[in-house]
Amino acid sequence: MNSTPAIVITGLRVRRGKLDVLHNLDIQVPRGQVVGLLGPSGSGKSTLMRSIVGAQRIAAGTVTVLGSPAGTPALRRRIGYVTQSPSVYEDLTVTQNLQYFARVIGAPRSDTDRVVQEVDLGPQSKQLVGNLSGGQLSRVSLAVALLGSPELLVLDEPTVGLDPVLRRDLWKLFASLASRGVSLLVSSHVMDEATRCDRILLLHDGEVLADETPAELLDRTKTSDADDAFLALIAQTQKKSGAAA
Amino acid sequence: MNPRLTLATSARVLAQIRHDPRTVALLLLVPSLLIGLMAWIFVNTKEFETIGPALLGLFPFIIMFLITSITTLRERRSGTLERLMTMPLGKFDFIVGYTLAFGLLAIIQSLIAVGYAVWVCGLTISGNVWLLILVAVANAVLGTTLGLFASAFAATEFQVVQFMPALVFPQILLGGIFIPRSQMPDVLRSISDWLPLSHSIEALQKVTMDSGASGTVLREVGIVALWAVGFVIVGSLTLRRRTE
Repeated sequence: MNSTPAIVITGLRVRRGKLDVLHNLDIQVPRGQVVGLLGPSGSGKSTLMRSIVGAQRIAAGTVTVLGSPAGTPALRRRIGYVTQSPSVYEDLTVTQNLQYFARVIGAPRSDTDRVVQEVDLGPQSKQLVGNLSGGQLSRVSLAVALLGSPELLVLDEPTVGLDPVLRRDLWKLFASLASRGVSLLVSSHVMDEATRCDRILLLHDGEVLADETPAELLDRTKTSDADDAFLALIAQTQKKSGAAA
Repeated sequence: MNPRLTLATSARVLAQIRHDPRTVALLLLVPSLLIGLMAWIFVNTKEFETIGPALLGLFPFIIMFLITSITTLRERRSGTLERLMTMPLGKFDFIVGYTLAFGLLAIIQSLIAVGYAVWVCGLTISGNVWLLILVAVANAVLGTTLGLFASAFAATEFQVVQFMPALVFPQILLGGIFIPRSQMPDVLRSISDWLPLSHSIEALQKVTMDSGASGTVLREVGIVALWAVGFVIVGSLTLRRRTE
């Protein structure tokens, strides 16, 4: 197995309009692990993910994904990407959506059945996506990302709006994918999902506050859950910037 | 461009439309109903013989413009376009896929409209009927490609609907339906020469009224086709893999 990191980001800066969304980020995401990208909404999680899949215009820095610069054509079959809004066609059935996207990425036909099972949508596969519930909708979007067994999955809030049972099942799925060597970057603004990840990247206001394992984070902040750890880190940075001023 | 991906995209767009029978019915029947209404309005005069042909081009053009610009805008806004742009789908696969799907609908729509105008409303065609159908289809495809192009410059559904009076109405006014283009002021006439719809209306009027004008008609259809190709190219240039 390849030992180079799945994602290497150096000096990444992204501006959207007049606002600096990401300032000078340096990040490495290892292969074969579930890395949680956590942070409050507006912290730059989605922008970072869009930079990784090559959908974001960047102002400075380099983003290297699976050994190639982000956005190169060769990467388009190797990355599965779930945007925050469920980007699937509401006026097609689940199967029709999957068949179309499978054709686009050149995945085998049998893949559609496999991913339907993986996200547990078997009974809904013949239904129009527009008639599904919010949680089912986001699972269709996730299923699309699983087509073609990509080496890297970039998932923007895949568990939002799901009930606890489904969330647990999805995190199990992520872990089993990682054990097969798939690298995952999964964003969430629910801090308690942090404990389910191999590593945590904590993003706040376009900067990395933490990049470590959940245990290390709790240990360093002397807290017992992710919510408290995050609040402790924010308090620290505010103290620091207050001292600097 | 990859023909397999282009056709997969067309098939997907048609599958989406098939799940919406009301749209299909409106799409295929409304032009004929409007042409029937026009024929009835002018039942006591000879006007329908001159206006009828132009309508055969006009209604498919307008309707295809609207549905294409709105469906592609929806794709831009729902995130599906962003997802496709991170996949191995070419920009031309996307645009040409849409053009083929809506072009096919346009062909069916035009066949129904021409058939209705000729056999039910009694429009006399001096030239070749197949040539008339060709012109009507070219018009609908023109509307499709202009709609694809317009959707690139609209951020909301409201804006895209406003493009209809902005981009379509001037072409109708200057197209020679209300008064022959030769009687317009010189400035307007030269502007009109440069608008694609003027050429399709010219072609429609020639093919219905003049049996010996096939050469002119084909030349005008050629100009319309060039415009359509131009809109497809500019439309695909507006698709960006990376955005702000």
